[in-house]
Amino acid sequence: MLRVDRITSGIVLDHIQPGQGLKVFERLGLREAGYPVALLMNVTSSKMGRKDIIKISGTLDLDLTMLGLLAPDATVNCIENGAVTRKVSPGLPEQVVGLIECKNPRCITTVERQRAYVLVLVNRAAKEYECAYCGERTRV
Amino acid sequence: MAANCFLGSLDFSPEDYDVLFSLASQIIDSPSSYADRCAGRLMATLFYEPSTRTRLSFEAAMLRLGGAVISVASAESSSVAKGESLGDTVRTVGGYADLIVLRHPKEGAAVLAAEYSPVPVINGGDGAREHPTQTLTDLFTIHRFKGRLDGLTVAFCGDLRYGRTVHSLVKALARYPDVRFVLISPPELLLPEKIKREIREINPDVEFTETARMEDGLERADVLYMTRIQKERFFNEEDYIKLRDTYILTADKLRAVPTDMIVMHPLPRVTEIDCAVDTDPRAVYFEQARLGMFARMALILYLLTGKEGGDA
Repeated sequence: MLRVDRITSGIVLDHIQPGQGLKVFERLGLREAGYPVALLMNVTSSKMGRKDIIKISGTLDLDLTMLGLLAPDATVNCIENGAVTRKVSPGLPEQVVGLIECKNPRCITTVERQRAYVLVLVNRAAKEYECAYCGERTRV
Repeated sequence: MAANCFLGSLDFSPEDYDVLFSLASQIIDSPSSYADRCAGRLMATLFYEPSTRTRLSFEAAMLRLGGAVISVASAESSSVAKGESLGDTVRTVGGYADLIVLRHPKEGAAVLAAEYSPVPVINGGDGAREHPTQTLTDLFTIHRFKGRLDGLTVAFCGDLRYGRTVHSLVKALARYPDVRFVLISPPELLLPEKIKREIREINPDVEFTETARMEDGLERADVLYMTRIQKERFFNEEDYIKLRDTYILTADKLRAVPTDMIVMHPLPRVTEIDCAVDTDPRAVYFEQARLGMFARMALILYLLTGKEGGDA
C-alpha cells in the first residue's frame, strides 16, 4: 500500500481522470513550484474506479482556466490547518485566451501574432470550443 | 472595436436586412437624392487578395454616394510586404478613413481587424469563410425578384463544398420560415456536414434535398443559384473537366423549369452557364451584380449614418 501523508496547508486536486494527472502537473507548472508536490496516479476511487490526485503542500495561484480545460470535473480542495476550507470544481471555462492554438491553418491568428488565440465554449457536453476569429471548432 | 461593422452574414437580423433592402430600393428609385449623402467621407479599401467585382462595386457605391475612396490594391504594394501586422495597418488606416473594406486571404481577418479599427469595418471576403456583402447582394436580388425570402425553394448547383457564397447564403436563408433547399452537386462537392449542422442549429425544421442530377432538382425551384466549379480545388485535371461539364445550364435545360424561376450566379461565370441563357428573362446574374452595388450603397449609409440612411 502506497502512503502519502495528509497535508496541513495547501491544495489537493482530487478526482482527476486517470492518466490526466501528469499533464495537469506539467501544464500547471508544478515542477517549478518550489515546495513538496505529490502526484498520485491510478488511485482507487469509489466514485470513479480510478483517479489521479495531486497534493501541493504550499499556497499558490492555480490557473483554474487551464485546470478546467484539462480536468473540468476535478475537485480543488483548499486545506488550512489540516481542514478543508474550500472545495471547488473548475468546470469548463467559458473562454480560453492564449492557451490553445486554433487548429485551422488558414486562421488569421496563425500569422497575426500580436493577438492571442481566443476560443469560446459553444457545446459544453461535447467539450467543443469555437475560434473567436475563424469559427473553427475544436474539442478539448 | 468600432461599433458598426459587417463581418459575417449573420451579424444582421432579418429585420436589419429588411431595412437595407428598403434603403437600397429607395436609392435605385431616386439615385440623385443620395448622390451627396457621403460627401466629405472617405472609404479605404484594403484588398489583400485579387478582386474585380467586389472592389469596384464598393468603390462605385461610395463614389455614387458622393464620398471618396483610397485603396490598397494588393498585399505586395502595401506595408504588409514590409512585415506590418494587419492590426497595425487597420489602426493606421482607420486614422485616415471613415470606413474600411477589407478582403484578406486568412479566415477571421475581418473580425480581428474590427477589434483594432477605430472606424467601421466591412468584410469584403476572408479566405474561404465569409463574404457577407455577396450574401447581402444575393438576398436583395431574391427579395427584389420574388418579393419575399420566406417560403421559397432555393436550388444550389455546382461546388457546394468549397463555395463560400453558398455557405453564407444558405445560413442566412435558413433564418426565414418555410425555406427549402435543393442541393445539386457531385458526391465530391457536397455541402459540408459542418455547414449542414450550423443550418440545423439556426433552423431545425429546414428541409434539404440532395441530388447529383441537375434535372431532378429544378421542377419546384423558385431560385437556381449556380456556382463555378473551381479548377484549383482538384488534383486531377480529368476529374475537374468531368465535373465541370456535368453542370452546364443550357437554354434546353431551362425549358423544363418553372417560368418564374430566377437563375443567379455570384460571377465570374466560366462554362457552367451557356451564353445562350443570358437572354432568357430568368437569367438575372448581371442584374444581381448591379443590385450588389446598390446594396453596398445602402450598407455604407447604414453603417456611417444609422438605420435611416440620413445625412452623412
